[in-house]
Amino acid sequence: MMFLRLLQDAPAETTGYMIAGYIVIFGVMLVYLISLMVRNRSLGQDLEVLEDLQQQKDD
Amino acid sequence: MESKPVFLKVLNIVTALLFVVATGLVFFYAPEEAVMGNVQRVFYFHVSAGWVGMLGFLVAAVAGIVYLRTGRHNWDIIGLSAVEIGMVFAFINIVSGSIWARPIWNTWWTWDPRLTTATIMELIYAAYLMLRQGIEDPDRRARFGAVYAIVGFLSVPLTFFSARLFRTIHPVVIGTNQPGAEGAFDMTAPMRLTFFFSLITFSFIFFDLLWHRIRLGRLADKVEQLKLKAIG
Repeated sequence: MMFLRLLQDAPAETTGYMIAGYIVIFGVMLVYLISLMVRNRSLGQDLEVLEDLQQQKDD
Repeated sequence: MESKPVFLKVLNIVTALLFVVATGLVFFYAPEEAVMGNVQRVFYFHVSAGWVGMLGFLVAAVAGIVYLRTGRHNWDIIGLSAVEIGMVFAFINIVSGSIWARPIWNTWWTWDPRLTTATIMELIYAAYLMLRQGIEDPDRRARFGAVYAIVGFLSVPLTFFSARLFRTIHPVVIGTNQPGAEGAFDMTAPMRLTFFFSLITFSFIFFDLLWHRIRLGRLADKVEQLKLKAIG
């Protein structure tokens, strides 16, 4: 690295890799957030159905 | 369903604002690194994601200890939630590191001690989730999960110190780099500010997500109990 530093007069062109890195970072976080929301909604629906069933059973 | 506590709503807003500011700092405030160029900007969220991964596994180990002492099921939900979030962020850490490595090390992957221990750590916690899937009895599942989370945590300090103890090309942020470290750089003041701001932001993200995941775990428990009641 030190050797490269002496020879190099401008930063390496690595913008594409930066974009790829942040697509992964934001993408995985977004997918996880969506998975939490989907699971939450699905469990909420299950809970409603089960509570209705319980209510009918009790009546 | 339980309504969302006010403090959680405030935490959501604060976390989102911090995330926007951290992203702004990364792209518009931190300077371009003199040798590596823009790919070095991956560093801020790469390290922060690694920190959240390890924090998640630490919380899971602590939750495991408390569960074994108290037997309270809530700690099992906390442990599982922390592992899940830890795995997501450890995955981000590994993949973003691989992308950063490509132009700097000239390879996507190498079996360097840091990369190897990080991968083993991720696989250990993937096995934790699989183990839990395979156990039907909730008490047994929680007990096994707690012990596994405590023992599995040994992989975390091993991963953290691997770049300091072994000969590696992976640079370290805190401490002295190994002679063969590739991709090390001196942080300027704006870089340092961006880095610490990102670390704090990701810590907020962790606790915000943890809270949401714990609520989801409690909801899943409630549904499970009602299902058992409906069958029985």
